[in-house]
Amino acid sequence: MIKFVLMVNQQGQTRLSRYYEPVELSRRAALEAAVVRCCLSRNKEQCSFVEYKDFRLVYRQYAALYVVMGVTHSENELSIYELIQNFVEVLDKYFSRVSELDIMFNLDSVHIILDEMIQNGHVVETNKSRVLAPLTAINKMVDG
Amino acid sequence: MPAVSKGDGMRGLAVFISDIRNCKSKEAEIKRINKELANIRSKFKGDKALDGYSKKKYVCKLLFIFLLGHDIDFGHMEAVNLLSSNKYTEKQIGYLFISVLVNSNSELIRLINNAIKNDLSSRNPTFMCLALHCIANVGSREMAEAFASEIPRILVAGDTMDSVKQSAALCLLRLYKTSPDLVLMGEWTSRVVHLLNDQHMGVVTAAISLITCLSQKNPDEFKTCVSLAVSRLSRIVSSASTDLQDYTYYFVPAPWLSCKLLRLLQCYPPPEDGAVKGRLVECLETILNKAQEPPKSKKVQHSNAKNAILFEAISLIIHYDSEPNLLVRACNQLGQFLQHRETNLRYLALESMCTLASSEFSHEAVKTHIETVINALKTERDVSVRQRAADLLYAMCDRSNAKQIVAEMLSYLETADYSIREEMVLKVAILAEKYAVDYSWYVDTILNLIRIAGDYVSEEVWYRVIQIVINRDDVQGYAAKTVFEALQAPACHENMVKVGGYILGEFGNLIAGDPRSSPLVQFNLLHSKFHLCSVPTRALLLSAYIKFINLFPETKATIQEVLRCDSQIRNSDVELQQRAVEYLKLSSIASTDVLATVLEEMPPFPERESSILAKLKKKKGPGAVSVTELEDGKREGGELNGGSDRGPDAAAMAASNASTPSPSADLLGIRSTAPVNTAPPSTGSLLVDVFSEAGPAAPSAAVNDDGFLRDLEQPTETSDPLLVEGSGDSDSAPPSEDPAPPLSEADELLEKFVCKNNGVLFENQLLQIGIKSEYRQNLGRMYLFYGNKTSVQFASFSTTVSCPGELQSELNVQSKPVEPLVEGGAQIQQVLNIECLTDFSDAPLLNIKFRYGGALQNLTLKLPVTINKFFQPTEMASQDFFQRWKQLSQPQQEAQKIFKANHGMDTEVIKAKLLGLGMALLDNVDPNPENYVCAGVIQTKGQQVGCLLRLEPNAQAQMYRLTLRCSKDSVSRRLCELLAQQF
Repeated sequence: MIKFVLMVNQQGQTRLSRYYEPVELSRRAALEAAVVRCCLSRNKEQCSFVEYKDFRLVYRQYAALYVVMGVTHSENELSIYELIQNFVEVLDKYFSRVSELDIMFNLDSVHIILDEMIQNGHVVETNKSRVLAPLTAINKMVDG
Repeated sequence: MPAVSKGDGMRGLAVFISDIRNCKSKEAEIKRINKELANIRSKFKGDKALDGYSKKKYVCKLLFIFLLGHDIDFGHMEAVNLLSSNKYTEKQIGYLFISVLVNSNSELIRLINNAIKNDLSSRNPTFMCLALHCIANVGSREMAEAFASEIPRILVAGDTMDSVKQSAALCLLRLYKTSPDLVLMGEWTSRVVHLLNDQHMGVVTAAISLITCLSQKNPDEFKTCVSLAVSRLSRIVSSASTDLQDYTYYFVPAPWLSCKLLRLLQCYPPPEDGAVKGRLVECLETILNKAQEPPKSKKVQHSNAKNAILFEAISLIIHYDSEPNLLVRACNQLGQFLQHRETNLRYLALESMCTLASSEFSHEAVKTHIETVINALKTERDVSVRQRAADLLYAMCDRSNAKQIVAEMLSYLETADYSIREEMVLKVAILAEKYAVDYSWYVDTILNLIRIAGDYVSEEVWYRVIQIVINRDDVQGYAAKTVFEALQAPACHENMVKVGGYILGEFGNLIAGDPRSSPLVQFNLLHSKFHLCSVPTRALLLSAYIKFINLFPETKATIQEVLRCDSQIRNSDVELQQRAVEYLKLSSIASTDVLATVLEEMPPFPERESSILAKLKKKKGPGAVSVTELEDGKREGGELNGGSDRGPDAAAMAASNASTPSPSADLLGIRSTAPVNTAPPSTGSLLVDVFSEAGPAAPSAAVNDDGFLRDLEQPTETSDPLLVEGSGDSDSAPPSEDPAPPLSEADELLEKFVCKNNGVLFENQLLQIGIKSEYRQNLGRMYLFYGNKTSVQFASFSTTVSCPGELQSELNVQSKPVEPLVEGGAQIQQVLNIECLTDFSDAPLLNIKFRYGGALQNLTLKLPVTINKFFQPTEMASQDFFQRWKQLSQPQQEAQKIFKANHGMDTEVIKAKLLGLGMALLDNVDPNPENYVCAGVIQTKGQQVGCLLRLEPNAQAQMYRLTLRCSKDSVSRRLCELLAQQF
């Protein structure tokens, strides 16, 4: 299962964090810092899967932003790797070319999207338009 | 898409976030955040009722602050209030706040539950989803109690919306994980399984996570999911990429669902139903075929999604491990990936191939990629990929390629990343041991390991090499020579000094004949390292020195000098000081005999699982080392430690460690098996000393008591008779029944032990008798281990040793009575002290009587005490040999036999047997190099009998001619009889 999803920029600032297993606040900061350090220290030629403690990190870099998922060994790495891409593509579709700022200023929307795709550490939906359905509905309500 | 403005219209939020971003320092940020928190707090506390919009805005701000790593201790109530809003956005933010910030033991749960209950019954699918989502995220016991019975109904109800079903499935999964007792699937099982057939792919995707978890816990109840999963998979795999429009990702139909289906199937063995199995194999073949087709898109997402399925399919093939054809295809496919330009694929291929290597069907196929993998180890730029390559090399290693792989790993170690060195060292050590055919290679490898990566060589590794050297007498001389050479390096690692000290202390005599490594040279070499070493190593060296005094009396004065100097005898470290004082005293007051007994060579170690393997397992976590590997390790380890015939004997020794007077503590198991003892390690045996450096890791009390110094101070019953001549017959009360006549096979049993001292003497369904013996001069000591193989107690257990007829005046055997009760599965030990008065031909008899379930068992064996046990080897030059040969020219002094070879005529085996016989095997004496000549003196109380032996093999005729010339004719005849059976 997926243990957490993080979006972190190159300065090490967390832009999104979602934990599917309880982690204490104090330990979150340490974990996030360690994860960022780990990803930043790697170059593009290195593989996108890193053993980390008793689980594995799968990460993808988009410009200055890293999307990192911590997964147990029972997950298929490549499918998680593409899940990250799918998630970012959904964000891109919603924000029409997503940027780090979009994520900061629309944290709630990003959460809604993520929650539609991953619940409880498991993939629930991968179809982009269905992922966006609730947000589309909200915007219709606002517009209407 | 609707235009999305920054902050979704919440101006205050946008301003706050911008402020934070503009903060120049962490302090400024904290200041701004505290200001905001104060503001929000006052708003929440204020008299003015906040509208939903404001609440939402503030809660959003709190979420943002929380994300920045600040604890939020208020706002929960406001969030709960938002749950009852009718506006989706407000409700949503309330739920979000709760699922991110509320932990499962919050006091608010009851309020939250109320809101959830309302939303669940609202029939509004979006509200229901939010509520289910919240349960799934918080997942507390109280929530499970409130909703566990409700959710399955929602999940399977026909009129539930698809999105609600998805949320319900994941919600149920969470509750099942946290409170399995409250989630009763019983009546829902079949309907839940049938969700795999749901026409909506999203529902299947969500349901399959739930079904996988339930199947792992109750495989039988859910096994119908196998055929449903296969047919679902088959439909996806065979569909064109346009069929599943919405769930096609870069021309790959439903990649995530496919992976999950394949993963679910890995919870079960291959389908029994032929049709289902056929369909599945077809799917797997299709997936493998697709990998070879030209890609439908050049995008990396396409190939990644395709390969995700491929890797999962290969995992399933490996899991089934029953389709050789598929396994080999999988291996070939992975082989292609090994050279792929994508690092991710190389990494995963190496990892997957690692599991493939353990399948008997594909092991050989994996081995064909050895060069590629070695190349990966050398050239990959990413340490994690190199690590995988090392893992794979380890997994594919077997007898055929062990030398190559170990050599490559050793050379890689010189430049290996620090992070993986220790693991590499363990792996090299395990492989070297597991596949050692040639023990000098093993010794070389481990010493190289210490040389190259001494810092990473853990205790287990060097303990192990010592254990193996001690258990294999054919490698001891080589080991002594090699460590001696290694120690000559100007800077050698401390671990090398430890191994060197231990091995030279035990076997330095084997190389002492060479003037370049004479006793004093050896000692000086060791002592030159002394001052550079840490305290534990110094302690070990001191023990080596005292052993030297025994091995080489000529070094006594020098060593005593060293021990006597202030830096030793007044060392500030109490352990070193104690050793120096005790060893000095021991060496000056004990007689040669006592010294020889106390400092005798270490007995072989009991066999057990390699502790290195245990350590690797610990390092990698359970499951990292496959079961087959463990079994292999045990089996091969057994071979390494002297063959299977030694196994039970070793076990016998392990069980009797505590009471064996010789310091035979178990080198490796000590920390896992020893009872915890908080007392500091005291003056233990040499072996214990070696271990005391393992720090406070609890040396065993039993072993401590066992130390040789205690033996010395309070001569106990077991060491006593060796020193003082015993008197009279000390057998236990004679049993009423007459002893049975010796077993018919008693002579055969005896023959087995002519050239060896340890092993299993006898075994039937009830009883096993192990034996371990040692001889010095005309004295011997034999340990008998009686093991009760049944689960029932043996009553009235008694043993009698007798010397029939003439033997009574030739041999003096004393035994202590044994415990009359031997519990089921237990083992008891008996010590015999033997003194050879004059030469003899017969063997003493051992009679054993006991009651097993009322029936009296009575058996008599011959004890393997033969005249050759009292041999002292005599080295001599060719000239001397022939001179003495001529002197023993009276016809009755010679005994000769020509006989057919009973065993293969392998040179090494013959040599080992002759050495086991106890004589010195003389090289370069006989003009014909094919012949063997030996010389020795039999020590009896009354006289010494010089013996010369010549064994001439004729390989063509498969015959031997054996000639013995001894100063006493009866000895010639007896030795000739004994030996003719051995070759």
